[in-house]
Amino acid sequence: MNKMEVVTGKTGRLHEATPHDSAAKHVAGRADYVDDLTEPEGTLHAYLGVSGRAHAEIAALDLDAVRAAPDVVGVLTADDIPAENDISSVHKHDEPVFAQIHVEYWGQPLFAVIGTTREAARRASRLAKVEYRDLPHVGDVAAARAAGGTLVTEPMTLERGDVAAGLAASAHRIKAQVTIGGQEHFYLEGQVALAIPGEDDEVLIHVSSQHPTEIQVMVAQVLGVPHAAVTVNMRRMGGGFGGKETQGNLFAVVAALAAKRFNRAVKIRPDRDDDFQITGKRHDFVVDYEVGFNQDGRIQAVDATYAARAGYSADLSGPVTDRALFHADNAYWFPAVRVNSLPLKTNTQSNTAFRGFGGPQGILGCERWIEDVAYALGKDPLEIRRVNFYGTDRNNITPYHQTIEDNIIHRIVDELERSSDYQKRRSAVLAFNRTSRTLKRGIGLTPVKFGISFTATWHNQAGALVHVYRDGSVHLSHGGTEMGQGLHVKVAQVVAEAFGVPLERVKITASNTGKVPNTSATAASSGTDLNGMAALNAAEQIKARMHAHAARIYEVEPKDVVWEFGGIRAGKQFVPFDELATSCWMNRVQLSAAGFYATPKIHWDRASGRGHPFYYFAYGAACTEVTIDTLTGEYQMDRADVLEDVGHSLNPAIDLGQVEGGFIQGIGWLTSEELVWDEKGQLRTHAPSTYKIPLASDVPPIFNVKLAEWSVNKEPAIGRSKAVGEPPLCLAASVVEALGMAVASVADYKIAPRLDMPVTPERVLMGVERMKRERAG
Amino acid sequence: MASEVSTALRFILNDEDVVLTHLRATETLLDFLRLNKGLRGSKEGCAEGDCGACTVLVGRLRGDRLVYETINACIAFVGSLHGTHVVTVEHLSPVNGPLHPVQQAMVDYHGSQCGFCTPGIVMSLYGLWMEEPQPGTAAIERALQGNLCRCTGYAPILCAARAISSYSQVEADPLVAERQAMRAQLRALNGPTVDIGEGKDRLIVPANVDDLAEIYAANPEATLVSGATDVGLWVTKFMRDIGPMIHIGHLEELHRIEEGQGALTLGAGVTYTEATGAIARHFPQLSELWDRIGGAQVRNAGTIGANVANGSPIGDTPPPLIVLGAHVVLRKGLERREVRLRDFFVAYGKQDRQPGEFVEKIIVPYLPVGERLACYKITKRRDEDISALCGAFRIFVNDDGDVGMVRIAFGGMAATPKRAKAVEAALLGRPWNSATVDAAMGAFGEDYQPISDMRASAQYRLLTAQNLLRRFYLESIGEGERLARAVA
Repeated sequence: MNKMEVVTGKTGRLHEATPHDSAAKHVAGRADYVDDLTEPEGTLHAYLGVSGRAHAEIAALDLDAVRAAPDVVGVLTADDIPAENDISSVHKHDEPVFAQIHVEYWGQPLFAVIGTTREAARRASRLAKVEYRDLPHVGDVAAARAAGGTLVTEPMTLERGDVAAGLAASAHRIKAQVTIGGQEHFYLEGQVALAIPGEDDEVLIHVSSQHPTEIQVMVAQVLGVPHAAVTVNMRRMGGGFGGKETQGNLFAVVAALAAKRFNRAVKIRPDRDDDFQITGKRHDFVVDYEVGFNQDGRIQAVDATYAARAGYSADLSGPVTDRALFHADNAYWFPAVRVNSLPLKTNTQSNTAFRGFGGPQGILGCERWIEDVAYALGKDPLEIRRVNFYGTDRNNITPYHQTIEDNIIHRIVDELERSSDYQKRRSAVLAFNRTSRTLKRGIGLTPVKFGISFTATWHNQAGALVHVYRDGSVHLSHGGTEMGQGLHVKVAQVVAEAFGVPLERVKITASNTGKVPNTSATAASSGTDLNGMAALNAAEQIKARMHAHAARIYEVEPKDVVWEFGGIRAGKQFVPFDELATSCWMNRVQLSAAGFYATPKIHWDRASGRGHPFYYFAYGAACTEVTIDTLTGEYQMDRADVLEDVGHSLNPAIDLGQVEGGFIQGIGWLTSEELVWDEKGQLRTHAPSTYKIPLASDVPPIFNVKLAEWSVNKEPAIGRSKAVGEPPLCLAASVVEALGMAVASVADYKIAPRLDMPVTPERVLMGVERMKRERAG
Repeated sequence: MASEVSTALRFILNDEDVVLTHLRATETLLDFLRLNKGLRGSKEGCAEGDCGACTVLVGRLRGDRLVYETINACIAFVGSLHGTHVVTVEHLSPVNGPLHPVQQAMVDYHGSQCGFCTPGIVMSLYGLWMEEPQPGTAAIERALQGNLCRCTGYAPILCAARAISSYSQVEADPLVAERQAMRAQLRALNGPTVDIGEGKDRLIVPANVDDLAEIYAANPEATLVSGATDVGLWVTKFMRDIGPMIHIGHLEELHRIEEGQGALTLGAGVTYTEATGAIARHFPQLSELWDRIGGAQVRNAGTIGANVANGSPIGDTPPPLIVLGAHVVLRKGLERREVRLRDFFVAYGKQDRQPGEFVEKIIVPYLPVGERLACYKITKRRDEDISALCGAFRIFVNDDGDVGMVRIAFGGMAATPKRAKAVEAALLGRPWNSATVDAAMGAFGEDYQPISDMRASAQYRLLTAQNLLRRFYLESIGEGERLARAVA
């Protein structure tokens, strides 16, 4: 029986397990997503026509048949763009809305066809006659390197200590390579946008996006209008995971372009297969490394290069590969370390943000070094981990020269080791493998330390708008977006707690660029940290005015006005919150405020590789046990135990959901989710029939997930909580190690298993075969 | 052609009578719900029947019983719903009213995050709860094989599923309580053959198999549709015009299962779900495979007849049916003929089926006493995945310990489901022991030159096929070891 059943608190107070604000609507099918909104009369539908080559010049583009198709209203190409044909989120001008001269990946948009129905537009989109002049294409990291290694953006190096000397002085050295696969977001709700033209240069866009402000900026850029003319409204996404941080730009821009051109509302929603073909994914990495270590397993020096398949354009590949390097230390102190990034240009979808944003790949690379050291020395990898952990007051400087001030990895790992019964189970696994012929088991316990903050420091700001109405009900808007992670309910809890009102008095509203401007993406796990603080700031402003008003009207000293749940006590008199609100209005006290927050303490100088990019760190650990079938490579997860540090949780139910969901999503990434492109450069896994995310029956039958209830954020983050979105995904590293151990058992653990990821059944079987070969010599 | 013809398609949607006299043959139920009826609780996640966000319940008369089963609305054609009761998530609770027990449990156990998959999951759990009010974990997982959730990691959904009966008794549920009345309503909808539209948009719902035979013989260009678990994708993914369309999934006679003296006879319209019990009784060796075909929604719609008629190289039922020596009964008009299944698959995409001819039933001889049978499906993900390879093995070892008879067939190894004749030859007449198996493993390369694709490499396919023979051997001597998921 699973142990994570959560009893629901009914009060909605801060730090209590409270259901998602939309849960009742979700289960009733009454939560509206963009495609569920009632369309304005006469809404048109756009569909994209895309490239059928990975790399080619466009010799001719004949769209006559498209235009002539039934129920087609018009076609848009690069020639129809009023201002810039570019939606590069990092302003590199390398991401056209519509390709014009050449195409750089299979699936790149060439044109949009606008029809009276989606089906008409979709059918017509297939009628284009495109003549290509093929160019050589590079599909992956190896091919990109072989072709000269063109980069989409500047690489980075982090360095501390004398690496050459450290390697030279080490008793042992290992030099090897590991491949870490990419991942499709598979948000259940695909990309979608609905644009409604307004007066003059105005346009309103409903879009499934983690970054309404960027949608606004991109639409304004392509249309050549001021940001102020574009309003973006976003109530909820059916999942984002990073895939709607920049990847919604294209669809919103096309809808807006068509809406202004035809002066009708225009909706665009690609089919799932097209969504796969068009949009970017998690970066896959090839990590080349050399590690020097001593007989006790202590790593002396690391020299590694993280090469990533960036795709055809920069998109977020710069900050993603940066974050991989920021996590190449995971929880370990290396006396000397040098890590480099290589964001390589390839003729594939432009890879983008995905939960963890390069961090998980950084960690997976690092955990491979630990595994290699353990197998080289014939020791339990957990022992190697422990001797290399960061210290608390020494050995605590990262490769980017930030001092870690909140290290709790020792306690986290010790507790999980005990609660998972790791030592006893590891002995049992070893015993099982001695006698079992076909089935073999493995167990792995891996830690995670994850840095919290956008490494682009300016993104660490947020705004909120709070109104108290005269009946005492509260209207909440903030700059964050809801993609299922429970951001809105957490921020509403913060505001309800601040005013001392029941949660249901706080009305959660859509994210809207007209209400809260210049927002950051809801990303980097920072949604609650940033927007919770901004909303609290707004509430505190209103409270201060209500407080002063109460002192005045009830004729008490301000210090004698005390906020209680449900209202205030002014001297001996209790005044309910709604009465106080009415009284404020009658007395012309402003009951609305815009709040703001900027994360303190952080700074980062990329050129020198030094700074304090993270406000704090979140920690966690997981222990996973697996069984493999050495005849087929099939495997199953038998048990997983997870302990995650979320500080003082604002909502344990929501946080537990993030931990469970993140862990299973990580398991999918590292096991069954495999992206395969064919020799022509076309993605062959482009739908759930071919791309396999976890099912209910992939969840370990014993799955114990706990929050470290004793943890409190050392920094004064909102409610002393910690971010939770991304760190748990990295805990899936434990499954790779467990599978590796099961494979390595075939050669009596004498050979490092070195499984590439995702560890599909095929990779397990080939690993077993390698063990048999090498054992035989 | 039958004398009496109706020009209206009728079914009940929640509590509304739907009567359609105009309809595109390729109209899917999901588009109908969302675009025509404004019922937008059912979501489109993939439009290929793999994610379950569009799951609805369909109540169908099966003899005297009214059976509610989940299906994927995205690949179900509206034309296939004649005479049924379609229940969508909107039907479970009134606006502003109390939630249904399934829904309330999902809220209380935090079973939704982004909420997009949630209506589909609610419908799958609802269908399960009606059939099995106190389900074990294995049953819940089986019911959710066709529902993807990307947010929760499923754990809270499993908790919710276990708790539903603590909220309310299933007997009090409206669909259960009103079954009698609904049966009568549906019976009244059953009538003559429905024939609507012309040309590509012609849609025919024959009243019985004789009508079907007559109509199909006269209109051999028509597409026969039963569960549409594959044909649905011809429309939603390839945008093919496949009209005129003849629906056969509802035909009572094609749903017959005869557990005869020497063979199991399955009507071509028998769904995987309907056959589950008979398979477990007569071919328990196939039960694991059976549970791993598609998800529940696909098993409720997909039919063995169509899996065979479709001729896909990666269909899951042909390998075991071939080794069992199954026959197909083909019918055209009033004429019938029987073909051995292994002869039915001629080449990739080509079967021994004449224009106007359809698969009426499949005859599967029982396994003679003393013979051994096994079927292994190998996939990247255990459940709801298409086979990288699927191997079926049947053997008789005589009293001397020699292989007296052997049949091996694989899907995923060639352009059609195919026998491993070289391997069989390497085993036949030899002692059934490890040395014989080792020697025979090399023969797989003569039988199969598999391809590399997104599901597996050629090397993996060949190696695994060989190893499956070893597994079969080890199991036959009681030394097999298999993964077993430890859930109740």
